[in-house]
Amino acid sequence: MKSRIAFIVYIVLMLLPIYWLVNMSLKTNSEILGALSFWPTNLTFDNYINILTDDSWYMGYVNSMTYVFMNMAISLTVALPAAYAFSRYKFVGDKHLFFWLLTNKMAPPAVFALPFFQLYSSVGLFDTHIAVALAHTLFNVALAVWILEGFMSGVPKEIDETAYIDGYSFPRFFVKIYIPLIRSGIGVTAFFLFMFSWIELLLARTLTSTGAQPIQAIMTRTQGASGIDWGTLAAAGVLTIVPGIAVVYFVRNHIAKGFALGRT
Amino acid sequence: MNKIENNKAWFFVIPVFVVVAFSAVIPLMTVVNYSVQDIFGANSTFWTGTEWYRQMLRDPDLQAALLRQFAFSFAILAIEVPLGIGIALLMPKKGWAASAALVLVAMPLLIPLNVVGTIWQILARTDIGLLGWSLSSIGVDYNINANAADAWFTIILMDVWHWTPLIALLSYSGLRAIPDAYYQAARIDRASRWAVFRYIQLPKLSNVLVIGVLLRFMDSFMIYAEPFVLTGGGPGSSTTFLSQALTTMAVGQFDLGPAAAFSIIYFLIILAVSWVFYTAIMNAQKDKSAQQ
Repeated sequence: MKSRIAFIVYIVLMLLPIYWLVNMSLKTNSEILGALSFWPTNLTFDNYINILTDDSWYMGYVNSMTYVFMNMAISLTVALPAAYAFSRYKFVGDKHLFFWLLTNKMAPPAVFALPFFQLYSSVGLFDTHIAVALAHTLFNVALAVWILEGFMSGVPKEIDETAYIDGYSFPRFFVKIYIPLIRSGIGVTAFFLFMFSWIELLLARTLTSTGAQPIQAIMTRTQGASGIDWGTLAAAGVLTIVPGIAVVYFVRNHIAKGFALGRT
Repeated sequence: MNKIENNKAWFFVIPVFVVVAFSAVIPLMTVVNYSVQDIFGANSTFWTGTEWYRQMLRDPDLQAALLRQFAFSFAILAIEVPLGIGIALLMPKKGWAASAALVLVAMPLLIPLNVVGTIWQILARTDIGLLGWSLSSIGVDYNINANAADAWFTIILMDVWHWTPLIALLSYSGLRAIPDAYYQAARIDRASRWAVFRYIQLPKLSNVLVIGVLLRFMDSFMIYAEPFVLTGGGPGSSTTFLSQALTTMAVGQFDLGPAAAFSIIYFLIILAVSWVFYTAIMNAQKDKSAQQ
């Protein structure tokens, strides 16, 4: 019982900042700047309506979602076979390759922003979704391999062998038998890929101008000459949380099932 | 698990290799290229050798930013890891409450970095923000734009709020992976709550915690958007961390050579610390499995 109360206290404290943002998003600017109040006295949905009816605003969400899902698709496609190789075989340079992949998770985006800009400009990909998706593979692929490898090591090798004896070809075995076995792992990986790509700002902002601009970059427009448009800023912020909540909701059972990761 | 030696496994890792090489090796070489030259225009470059490196290593501003960076990373690790494990232990284990708790706990993780900065910038304002308003109404002289201690307090609180859920989620799923038989055995032995945690739960958590701690170290060492939005690096330069110092130099002053040299040094520091950390943990695990 005591632990239940402690947990509820944590959740309430944690939700306070988010509540404050929601609270602001439902007020008019004059009310926000007027006096501090714990709930909106003149409830208004204008801030949301402004965003959802203006395509220069809501396209930001579409752009962000597009490159995030592209990144998830690319990362999972290349990471699945690699993680299988790491979990099942020893090969020349495997440990070094693994650490090298990991080093890319360590590369600060601030270091890479400018060279990325030049690289993608020179191959004509500047201001496209695929450029951001590829740039985000820098840190996401390493993470995907790392997490998937943990799950795959938990699948007994006898399953692979039995499938070969039963006459499965490798691709068929991988798609029909192996991937369903580790679907929790794929769910958890997808969650982390979504998260790190969705929240990243520096690379996404550097690699786009107007065609594929993410919502995080569009939000800076609320700082106009007449001061900050707090209500719209807050509403835009609240809307950035929504897709994430949907993703956690889909993968909640995979996380709740439990996993112990790591190379042992 | 016994692994088979088979170099054909390289075929499986080639796609990863190609994708990562495209987005890592080419840009990295561009940075290296800049770091050893002085660039005046498209066709006038001069070889400078290690000049920029020496200049950067002696720069007092960067040394200060580096120290601040280490202080920040260790502070947040020291708070987030124990707190995250604690929250994971408190989370409901079954039924709808478990699902709801997961979704709620994960929420801060899914907020874009600059929105996190914005949320806390608003919260910290004494006129319209809950935190700033509450603190000043109980008489605390709280001002993140004038007082470095307040700025630090707010940044650390922000990071703890944002990232403790990552440790909590990883620990939670690590805990769920422990078979019930372990707990039953502990009950038969009449193990105390502490003994159950110390000898059953914590060892099983070690793998997920390795990932959690490494991720938190790397990400906190690259922190950029949140403090940039919250304090802009101030007051003065008291919350200017490495990424911001670097971006100011590369974009603001357009000093590509020094900025590139600084990038390489920055990258090498993260690499070195993470390598030490990674090897230490992997060896510890190897010893442990050797004993069993």
